[in-house]
Amino acid sequence: MLKMTDNQQRFSSGLDIGRLLRPFAGLAVPAGAVIAALAVGAILLGVFGANPLTGYRELFTGAFGGPDELAATALKSIPLMLVGVGICIAFRTGVINIGGEGQIIMGAILATLVALALPDVPRPILVPLVMIAGGIGGGIWGAIPGALKAYSGVNEILSTIMMNIIAGFFMSFLLEDWLIEPGAIRIQQTKRLTHNADLPILPGGTRLHLGIVVALIVAILGYLLLFRSSLGMRLRAVGHNPHASRAAGMKVELSITQALAFSGACAGIAGAVLVFGSESHRLIGEGGPLAFTQSAGFNGIVTALFGGLHPLFTVLSSYLFGGMLAGGISLQRAVQVPQALVIALNGVVVVFVVGSLKLRTRVQRWAEGDIQMEDRA
Amino acid sequence: MNDFFTVAIITATLASGIRLAVPFLLAALGEAVGQRAGVLNLGVEGVMLIGAFAAYYTALESGSAAFGLLMGLVVGMVMGLIYAFITVVMHAEQGISGIGIYLFGLGFTDLLFQKQVGTPRPISGLQTKPFDWLADDTGRAGELLFSHTILTYVAFLLVPVIYFLITRTTFGLNVRAVGENPQAADTLGVSVNGIRTAAIVIGNTMAGLAGAALALEIGIFQQNLTAGRGFIAIALVYFGAWRPVGVMAGSLLFGIVSSTVLQLQVQDVISGSVASIANMAPAVLTVIVLVVVSRRIGQPAALTRPFTRDS
Repeated sequence: MLKMTDNQQRFSSGLDIGRLLRPFAGLAVPAGAVIAALAVGAILLGVFGANPLTGYRELFTGAFGGPDELAATALKSIPLMLVGVGICIAFRTGVINIGGEGQIIMGAILATLVALALPDVPRPILVPLVMIAGGIGGGIWGAIPGALKAYSGVNEILSTIMMNIIAGFFMSFLLEDWLIEPGAIRIQQTKRLTHNADLPILPGGTRLHLGIVVALIVAILGYLLLFRSSLGMRLRAVGHNPHASRAAGMKVELSITQALAFSGACAGIAGAVLVFGSESHRLIGEGGPLAFTQSAGFNGIVTALFGGLHPLFTVLSSYLFGGMLAGGISLQRAVQVPQALVIALNGVVVVFVVGSLKLRTRVQRWAEGDIQMEDRA
Repeated sequence: MNDFFTVAIITATLASGIRLAVPFLLAALGEAVGQRAGVLNLGVEGVMLIGAFAAYYTALESGSAAFGLLMGLVVGMVMGLIYAFITVVMHAEQGISGIGIYLFGLGFTDLLFQKQVGTPRPISGLQTKPFDWLADDTGRAGELLFSHTILTYVAFLLVPVIYFLITRTTFGLNVRAVGENPQAADTLGVSVNGIRTAAIVIGNTMAGLAGAALALEIGIFQQNLTAGRGFIAIALVYFGAWRPVGVMAGSLLFGIVSSTVLQLQVQDVISGSVASIANMAPAVLTVIVLVVVSRRIGQPAALTRPFTRDS
């Protein structure tokens, strides 16, 4: 992660020709890694008796083939964008947040509780209110491991994993009894929540709702926080070198706690969107926590890394990954290969891209050396 | 209510707790070896899933649970070689590539299951119980100690074996050396990459075995069968402060708590919502333990740091 930022810095201080060529040298390797990963997917499709070309065509048209597809992709990408922006904030502060899953769940729970408590509040007030509640729920769930790391030295990878487990059981605790829909059929879900909290559908005739606007606003706020505020400057300084930051008089402990709180808040808003932007407008715990979060807590890490830990680029990479998820459904329909393939491919893409970073650094160095020689001649 | 507190049921609960601890124990011991060598593997969950499916499918097709176990072990080993290539040779960021392995395992096993099996078909688990003949004559204690399958004994036997391996052998010394100070180890002629690769392969093989043990214990396969157990196993390594005995204590805690909660639910002593709270307890306890131990016990100094000669 830090390597990437180093490279970015090297970019800005380079020669003129270098500036033109180096980004392409740097991009060639991750692009190659993605192509290699897609080749693995093609082999898998072939093994299962499907034509890889047909499969990928279906995947692509299912993701980007028309207004409805573009909207479906956008819907799938909302949680990834929100979690991803949060991951940018945490990772830039040098904190690894694996707790997206739990933060999504706690955000969803608090937002649901607010909607249940205030069903008659008018929609223009209640919708922002439940989004904020989601942010607070996730924020608290992030702040706890943040504070534990900052003040007690507890490894955040572990504590956030534990917080995921606790949140999952907490959701099932609430939905077993207290919040379960009244009636004979005992499914772990709430009743249909108040219409006043429904995220409004955007004009245009698709299913796309206000959640995408929420995600974009959060991404812009995340960008402003990280790169245009003194708070963000402190966070990034702590991420770059905590010891130097401490020596410069910064409150490193506070920054770490803040970073995980912000990160969790973004994931928590994703939780609220998953509840109030869903077609059922309920909190559903049936099928386990993973079924509710759609693994966005993990996939958001992937999109943030692809976005170079920059909130605005994360929006873009989330949209592409959302396309893979949305396209997976039509892939399954067309060639009878389960959409689980897309999850597996996501994993392969991650492994290949992270695994090729060293190669990328080498190619970049080679490109630099090459240019310098040209310059001398 | 009183039904639970009979000796018979408590014994049965503890015995099943020991069985449930086995996947945690195998995976966490393996992860501990890798971490002692300075490599964090967040992909344990994914490797467990792959091992579980390999074992399940093999047992389903061949009818042999032992053969299934072997396949779980083999695919774990293969995943270990892959992970070693990614992290040791290619220097990939360990936390992130582990998440990649997890996603791959989650999707790939679900894909294979839907394509190759479809509807859940049960398999019969491992039947070899080497000390079963002792259980009849020794009463309750006998049931607790001697009623298990061979895999359970192997798992618990691995605790002293791994302890011995890490603390008393040259290989273990090298593992600790490359985990604490790879540069110094390199200067002394230890192959840092070789030792790390070996440690990763050991760890992943055990994760594959852990997944196989889980599939054979449960007797079916389904999407996300492991349900977070691989992640808990990673936490148990920290819980046990990188020591095999500590890891065993943590595994038993998680195993016995879940078997007790399950038993209480079956006996109708507690409702589903109370069971959820009770299931939370080990995770909460782990966080508390982390707070207590984190100040006193440091992790391997070079954990997550790739090794290069020039740095």
